[in-house]
Amino acid sequence: MRRFSFLGLLIMVLAVLAVACGGGASTTAFTPPSDPIGVIKIGPKDPIRIASALVISGADANLGTDSQRGVELAIADRKAIKGHSIQLQAEDDGCSSEGGQAAGTKLAANPQIVGVVGTSCSSAARAAAPLITKAGKVMVSPSNTAPSLTAPDRSADFAGYLRTAHNDKVQGAVAAKFAREQLKVSKVATIHDGSPYAEQLQAVFAAEFKKLGGQITAQEAVAPTDTDMRPVLTKIAAGKPDLIYYPIFVAAGGHVTTQARKTSGLEQVKLMSADGTFAVDFLKAASDAAVGVYHSSPDFSAFAGGYADFKAKHKAKYGEDPVSAFHAHAYDAAMIMFKAIEKVGVEGPDKSLYIPQKALRDALFATKDHQGLTGKINCDKNGDCADPKIAVYQNSADNVKQAKVPDTPIWKPY
Amino acid sequence: MTGRPATSLAAIRRWSARINVADLLMWIVGGAILIFIVAGSIATLRLGIYSFRQWVDFIVFGLAQGGVYALIALGYTMVYGTLRMINFAHGEVFMSGAYTAYFLAFTLAQNGWIERYPVISLAMIFAVSMGTSALVAVLVERIAYRPLRNAPRLVALITAIGASFFLQYAFRGLYGSGFKAYPRMSFLEGSWSLGDFRILHLQVVVIVAAALMMAVLYLFIQKTKTGKAIRAVSEDKAAAALMGISVDRMIVITFVIGGLAAGFAGVLFALMFKQVHFFMGFIPGIKAFTAAVLGGIGNIPGAMIGGAFLGIFESLGPILFLDGFGIKAPYQLKDAIAFAMLVLVLIFRPTGVLGERLVQKKA
Amino acid sequence: MTTVTTLRARFGAATGNPFSGGAWRIPVRYGAVAGVTAVFVSLIGMVEAFSRREVIETAVSMDQVLLLVITGTAGYLAASRFAARGIGKSVIAATLSGVIATLFLLALLVLGDRINLRQVLLNASPSLYLELTFGKGLGTGAGLLALQIIAGAVGSGLIALLPPAPRRALLIGLTVVAGMGILHDLMSLTFQNWGPLSVLDTWLYSSTGLKVRGASALFLIFGGWSLLWAMKGPQIRERSKTLPLARSAARPVALLAALVLLAALPQILGLFLSEVLVLVGLAALMALGLNIVVGMAGLLDLGYVAFFAIGAYTMAILTSSELAFFGFNFWAALPLAILAGVVTGVLLGVPVLRMRGDYLAIVTLGFGEIVRLLVLSDALRPWLGGAQGIGRIPRPEIGSFEFVSSQQVYYLVLGGCVFAAFISWRLKGSRLGRAWLAIREDEDVAAAMGINRVYFKLLAFAAGAAFAAMSGAIAASRLGIIYPHSFSLLISINVLAIVIIGGMGNIPGVVIGAFALVGLPEILREFGDFRWLVYGAALVGMMLLRPAGLWPEAIRKRELTARPAGVPETPSTSPSAGDTS
Repeated sequence: MRRFSFLGLLIMVLAVLAVACGGGASTTAFTPPSDPIGVIKIGPKDPIRIASALVISGADANLGTDSQRGVELAIADRKAIKGHSIQLQAEDDGCSSEGGQAAGTKLAANPQIVGVVGTSCSSAARAAAPLITKAGKVMVSPSNTAPSLTAPDRSADFAGYLRTAHNDKVQGAVAAKFAREQLKVSKVATIHDGSPYAEQLQAVFAAEFKKLGGQITAQEAVAPTDTDMRPVLTKIAAGKPDLIYYPIFVAAGGHVTTQARKTSGLEQVKLMSADGTFAVDFLKAASDAAVGVYHSSPDFSAFAGGYADFKAKHKAKYGEDPVSAFHAHAYDAAMIMFKAIEKVGVEGPDKSLYIPQKALRDALFATKDHQGLTGKINCDKNGDCADPKIAVYQNSADNVKQAKVPDTPIWKPY
Repeated sequence: MTGRPATSLAAIRRWSARINVADLLMWIVGGAILIFIVAGSIATLRLGIYSFRQWVDFIVFGLAQGGVYALIALGYTMVYGTLRMINFAHGEVFMSGAYTAYFLAFTLAQNGWIERYPVISLAMIFAVSMGTSALVAVLVERIAYRPLRNAPRLVALITAIGASFFLQYAFRGLYGSGFKAYPRMSFLEGSWSLGDFRILHLQVVVIVAAALMMAVLYLFIQKTKTGKAIRAVSEDKAAAALMGISVDRMIVITFVIGGLAAGFAGVLFALMFKQVHFFMGFIPGIKAFTAAVLGGIGNIPGAMIGGAFLGIFESLGPILFLDGFGIKAPYQLKDAIAFAMLVLVLIFRPTGVLGERLVQKKA
Repeated sequence: MTTVTTLRARFGAATGNPFSGGAWRIPVRYGAVAGVTAVFVSLIGMVEAFSRREVIETAVSMDQVLLLVITGTAGYLAASRFAARGIGKSVIAATLSGVIATLFLLALLVLGDRINLRQVLLNASPSLYLELTFGKGLGTGAGLLALQIIAGAVGSGLIALLPPAPRRALLIGLTVVAGMGILHDLMSLTFQNWGPLSVLDTWLYSSTGLKVRGASALFLIFGGWSLLWAMKGPQIRERSKTLPLARSAARPVALLAALVLLAALPQILGLFLSEVLVLVGLAALMALGLNIVVGMAGLLDLGYVAFFAIGAYTMAILTSSELAFFGFNFWAALPLAILAGVVTGVLLGVPVLRMRGDYLAIVTLGFGEIVRLLVLSDALRPWLGGAQGIGRIPRPEIGSFEFVSSQQVYYLVLGGCVFAAFISWRLKGSRLGRAWLAIREDEDVAAAMGINRVYFKLLAFAAGAAFAAMSGAIAASRLGIIYPHSFSLLISINVLAIVIIGGMGNIPGVVIGAFALVGLPEILREFGDFRWLVYGAALVGMMLLRPAGLWPEAIRKRELTARPAGVPETPSTSPSAGDTS
């Protein structure tokens, strides 16, 4: 940190000297901003460099690729900030703490990187966020949902960390409330896939559901790569649940959905999943069985009109529809970062741009009423920026036939 | 009188000398696993949560899943039997066929062919998948294995792993990273009921297909001239070459057959589980390898038996062995159980259920 | 008659002396392979992704380098095959291979123009075609593309015809320029650490790539240096041998210099490269352990990650303040973590005592999975953290000095590696090491010679497990948080690859392997998913080129070069069998 402030000072002194030596040529002397963390100077013709740290390899590559495309489209839409183009450095977070550590170290070591969109996975964020914060940079995650990352008692190491994804606490509670009060079910079984995300979400759900007077008959787990779910479903059937809550991802979620109602004892069971399966791929994978499945998910009907436009651009650029659920969140994450950069960036007389880092961080945390694709983005002091409008959707037969996720939620808690 | 204690002492000594420390230690471990299993099973059965019908269901599920493993394991074991090498890329060969054929299946579904001409469509899908898989298998053999045929086996294992990575990310680059879903084929959906028991058409298809494929491969290897030549190559390459057998050709044929089998298995897998993805081959590949070893690697009926065993262990094991102890989420541990059972089987039969005698010498 | 010609063609191809009519098939084949490769890298999105990166600012982009390397290699090989037939024919061969390669790319362009390949091949996008045709459309653009590729092939062909010294110089110069251009970010960050020398950064690089002056300077310096060395090198080497002091003084001086360099490395390399070194070190530590099991004792272990996991989890359980079981500090927990590794090593060793080869491989693989599943399981969650892992693992500290940043952790890892290398080295030369070697070479004969297999095998597993557990313990306290997902099968595979690529059984080889398989992918981090593609291809390529590993053990090398008795060279059906080696 000391080096950065020193750098800022140096730049200031040099600039003052330059102005002084320049003699009375210009009457308005330019002083670059000073900042307690440091100032990033971007040369007259240089691009503003931001980075992404998302999972773009391995079995979870979908999740990160999807978000990365969101960032790329945001850059394409934004084009430039104060005359400087934007350049993206895409890193891989590997969806693991060591991947986050490596990507985080690399980005922290590069003084030209202004901010980071990432990580994909909360496990990576735990390692990467402190590194990025220590380097004085900001980091906005499009898809981390672990509550601890933005808990009020989070350590100072996370001071530069924000997210546009919703917190599991919100989603788990909404789902529990819906199940207990709307569907009026009393016995629920849950399934997770061993990912920190799903495990957390079902734990929040189970706790809330019990608080509302319900009963949890089983808390089972599968592996994300499992294909045959019938044995575990048969075990669940022994507890005679009214609903199965499985906040897992497309592959395993698809298998649970297609096999659940074909399991003896579960013919009438209601199925509820979360945002991980709220995707076209899921409708295709589960086909007819997806009809009637409930999903808790961000309220896409609250998504701004720009979303249709976004999808068109996505299709044109990548040849396919978005492959996972967090592209819009990534787009918004990049956009609020650009907005903050624009707000705090100071142009020098030679068209170079100075970005004070503490000011950038403050500006990001102060984001208010930004009209993003995912709704109105408001960041709180702990870094939660998502519009926490979680609604519940239900797939209709038409949705499945047209391979199109439902547009309007059937229930909103607000 | 004086001789008797001495002889009995000598007998004990002889007896103890015959028992190997290694065997003793292994039996202790095997015994511990067995005791755990039996205790768990008794505890579960005494709980009495599950009906007889559910137990039968577990076994049927296991058999169906085992059929899938067996389908992949057959190709695995075929290559192993000939070359004595773990073809780590076999899972990716399997993926390449199913993934490529998806595009045909999708097109056929869109223009309605699948509903109108189901048999032709299915044949076309199988043809594309099997063709692609065979092509990929042959390419991998030509580029990554053939030049190293005389190198130590571990070297070929590493190139196989390299080929596996390469193929995964090559197909990801070509087709993208999203999940693709095979279209529904209505004539394959539905189930047969036998009294209280129910089995899905597709499950029957998979089991029958695996059995058929096993029979075809077995007959091919045992009865045809090419099969005989392949067996000769697997016994001794040098001697086979001296007998006028083209070793290269036989190995290519082996890979072609392995690839065809993988492509066949790929489509069945995709029809059963719908989804295809660039990573879909990795785990089934490992499972198939496990099944092949369980049955006795290199042995074609062994792959079938190994697959069935593995499927049943996975489906029945967690609930039977663990539920009685009140262990949470037992299905999370199903692979752990499958591998523990593998260890158990190998302790008592070190070359698998149908393991061949040759293995000791060659492995 | 026909048999004679085919035989001649085969003979010609295999020996690299094409003196028959069929020889012209060689450049055609090279061209075809290059063409297919070029189309392939285009279709998997590499060309488009690389087009955004410049190697030399505004002049050369990375996708151009990629395509040129592919087609240039074909031209180079074709020309060098024809070198004996004179310059004219060589140039024609190179041109031919270039033309053939171009045809493939042109076919892609024409096909892409007519049909929408994108239904299936995601990356066959308009922007790819635009990139390939220099933004000029099919007509002029394709012509330019052809021109560039053919010129590249011919140019490479000409390079192949140069005498060795200038050819080497030229190739080195070009490689350095391309390498420095591709590693722009990394190099610039490193230069920025160098105080007064940091001007190198701005002198060589602009914000997008190498400056033209930087590229030419690098080319001249490195190429010139190589040329100079070719001329004067042998003399210098000769003279240095005769220097009176050299022999006796060189060793300690070199050792001292190496030590100083090792100690100063994090400061020279900066934060990120230190992180890379830490990762390489942790992998090398594991690989040194696996080297004992696989390399020395010949026991194929595919579940080696289990011991890494056990080390990490023991460290976490003993120290984490989140679990608050014991509250040990790092130094108290480290020996216990290693002990836990040794105990499980023996436990795993027992059931597999009788198993060999692939049976051993699959059982150990299973063991690795069992450990991962147990730490992930809900059943053991109260003690092992389940899916949420274990957090708040304290950093190692000595007095008030805490190992936090990778520049600090480096010393810890370095210490571990030196320790492990020393132990391995001592073990290898000992009675124990020779017993392992005997078991590796032939188990039954070893037993017949009175070697206690049970004891020595268990010892090998225990020793190997100890190093992995140590690596795991350091990794856990460095990250501060561990998740079950970090202990996947891929780690076992990667470590095995390190051992074998490095040169099985050989200690320096293993370290080199760790640099090649962990260091390089980390350095190429920004290439995202392509790095795994390249990693896979590199595993195959390295094994094909050096089946004994990068730095093999002397015994292994002899085994590989001497063909085992009774095994003839397999007759090949295609004339190119000799190409591959």
